[in-house]
Amino acid sequence: MTASILTVDDSPSLRMAVRIALTGAGYNVVEAGDGMEGLSKAGTQRFDLIITDLNMPRMDGLTMIRELRKSPTQTGVPIVFLTTESEDGLKAEAKAAGATGWLVKPFNADQLVKVARKVLGR
Amino acid sequence: MSDGADPVAAFRIEAGELLDQVERALLDLTGAPAHRGLIDEVFRGLHTLKGSGAMFGFDALARFTHHCESAFDRVRKGQAPASRALIDVVLSARDHMQALIDAGNSSDPALDGAGEAILARLASAVATAPAAAAMDAAPAPEAAPPEAEAGWQIRFRLPEGALANGSNPLALLDELRDLGPCTVVCRMGELPALDAFAPAECHAAWEVTWAAADAGEISREAIEDVFLFLIDDMELTITRPGAPAATADAPPLPADTAEGPAAPRPAGPPRESVRVQAERLDELMNRVGELVIAQSRLELLAMAQGQVDAASLRAVSEDIQRLSAELRDTSMALRMMPVAHLFGRFRRLIHDLAQETGKSIELVTDGEATEVDKTVIERLADPMIHVIRNSCDHGLEPAGERAAAGKPATGRIVLSARQAGGEVLIAIRDDGRGINRARVRAKAEAQGLIAPGAPLADAELLQMIFAPGFSTAAAITNLSGRGVGMDVVKRSIETLRGTIDIDSTEGDGTTITLHLPLTLAIIECMLVRVGAGRYAIPLSAVEECLELPATEVAGTRRRNFLDVRGELVPYLRLHDSFASDHPADLYQKVIVVAQGRGRVGLVVDQILGNTQTVIKSLSRFHAGVSAFSGATILGDGSVALILDVGALIAGAQKARRTRGDRPAESAGEAA
Repeated sequence: MTASILTVDDSPSLRMAVRIALTGAGYNVVEAGDGMEGLSKAGTQRFDLIITDLNMPRMDGLTMIRELRKSPTQTGVPIVFLTTESEDGLKAEAKAAGATGWLVKPFNADQLVKVARKVLGR
Repeated sequence: MSDGADPVAAFRIEAGELLDQVERALLDLTGAPAHRGLIDEVFRGLHTLKGSGAMFGFDALARFTHHCESAFDRVRKGQAPASRALIDVVLSARDHMQALIDAGNSSDPALDGAGEAILARLASAVATAPAAAAMDAAPAPEAAPPEAEAGWQIRFRLPEGALANGSNPLALLDELRDLGPCTVVCRMGELPALDAFAPAECHAAWEVTWAAADAGEISREAIEDVFLFLIDDMELTITRPGAPAATADAPPLPADTAEGPAAPRPAGPPRESVRVQAERLDELMNRVGELVIAQSRLELLAMAQGQVDAASLRAVSEDIQRLSAELRDTSMALRMMPVAHLFGRFRRLIHDLAQETGKSIELVTDGEATEVDKTVIERLADPMIHVIRNSCDHGLEPAGERAAAGKPATGRIVLSARQAGGEVLIAIRDDGRGINRARVRAKAEAQGLIAPGAPLADAELLQMIFAPGFSTAAAITNLSGRGVGMDVVKRSIETLRGTIDIDSTEGDGTTITLHLPLTLAIIECMLVRVGAGRYAIPLSAVEECLELPATEVAGTRRRNFLDVRGELVPYLRLHDSFASDHPADLYQKVIVVAQGRGRVGLVVDQILGNTQTVIKSLSRFHAGVSAFSGATILGDGSVALILDVGALIAGAQKARRTRGDRPAESAGEAA
């Protein structure tokens, strides 16, 4: 069965890049524009992986990760966050919030697919 | 909208929006420098721009934006104030970012120089040197010490929350196996007693061993890489069998992202795109759905054996007619954008103009929700900038003069938009000194635009400022007054099938009103016949239809004026203009059309009725034909030319002026 991936980012071009990379690798991709939308989409469908930006309007990535981990149905769902090198402090916070892994921007399609494969397993 | 879309093109559009968002927030910040939400908005905009820019190969942009982001990060953390100086620098930085986006990956030394200058100003604005190194120098991976080739043995235990946090021990073991054939032993001995056993936690520990023969290609980094996301929090020992155990507490490698961003694609011409509200698309889908139903009803009728019932055929026809009208409106609405997009850009302009002129200027906007076709919005920006510059430069007085006239020190520019019938009216009003009629007249006479002392209605006089080369500015300033301006504005508005009006009270200000069509693609037309040809006249221009009086029919008189309820209106015999060899009808009709303040009667043979016309532009071979603005295809498949009312009026006026004939009594607004 094809794995479904939710990508949460306020940047449409970044979402598009993520979607193209992951659909190209054979995954189903659903998009959300901020943490709030990500949370509600995750509530209606079970995703195999959630990839989220941290800095977003309305609800940031950290808050979304914490909210997701509070829900018993969302424990164990891998969450990878996208970060930049200048956000080292956020990385520790996101891990403590329950993130599974991360990917440093800028990244290319191969790196993204590699991380997705890594956390999804075979 | 499709999967074949180009993320780089999407980024360019998004970057433009982000820059607008940043600019808006910065301008708002000048009024409320401590506003938390605004500061966050600026920061977030810059942050996204940097991150996405780096993703799509806009390295120069990412580096440059990084400095601005750091500056605003300091503001966000309360380490620096959002001072006027900082806001001004970041505003110029915003323009530089736009230039960097436009330049794409091509490097331009002049651009780099400008960037350096802005960064220097930025540094002094936040009073500390920007952390320049942070972005430029990626930490170099440490070289691993060479190790003897003797296979590997690792022992690891995952952090307690690993399962809940989405880590998958099975996937990790798979990855380890992918490195090379190995033996995996689960160390169950370390499981806690049953009462301490939390089922949701990961208690197991593992031991994985690669024999020397299989470990040839495996590096320590490759093994550590498997635990990339966990290595900080887990127990992991990596040993050479027989060698002393070494605990891996090295920091995680800086992910495997050193290969750099995705290769930038060559920048093609930007493709046009429109952002559409989802509900409008839903509406469109509903209409299409109904159309499909109507079509199947039609199909049933067509397949029906025997006599088709005329009434039910008519019912279907009416439905389809209604649906296509609705479809037309809905799809037109897809192209509509609120003028807020346009007005928003002028806030920055006013900010800059106030600085350049040293005047205090306030911008007031009204009716920002009014929607206009996207193309119109895009093509309105330049002419409106011209008008606003003129108003700020010539219209608004310096503070001293304003005080003397008893006006508030701050000059006011009001931009308003509203819809009136099939038109959108956009007004630019200033409360400045107004237009000095005597100077306009003197200038027009000096330039030979009017005869000295010629009687001119006030409106006609004011229209003079739209004449090519006309400028009353005593001194040429940096902003405006180079003598190109209002005539260019007028022409750009006319290419949008709009008109421009001016109204001014001396001492009290000037209002320039732009009349614009709601949409450019479909118009309601009156269909007429002249000789054997059919022509369409935009209905919005039609004022009334009359019969040509018998006294005028002979067509022998040189002066073609018609008395329309006491007002003299010049008329054109289209039959003659188009040199039709078809005999003219006995009873001819006059259609009085108006655009702006000009009116003219068009004499035609027959009025055929109203029709919806989809405008097709003329081929470039016909680009020089001024009397027609386009063509349309009629229901029967034939082609009708669309008359360009503005050009016909201008032509009639020109003919009149060169002949020097004016109707005895004032034709008033007929100029």
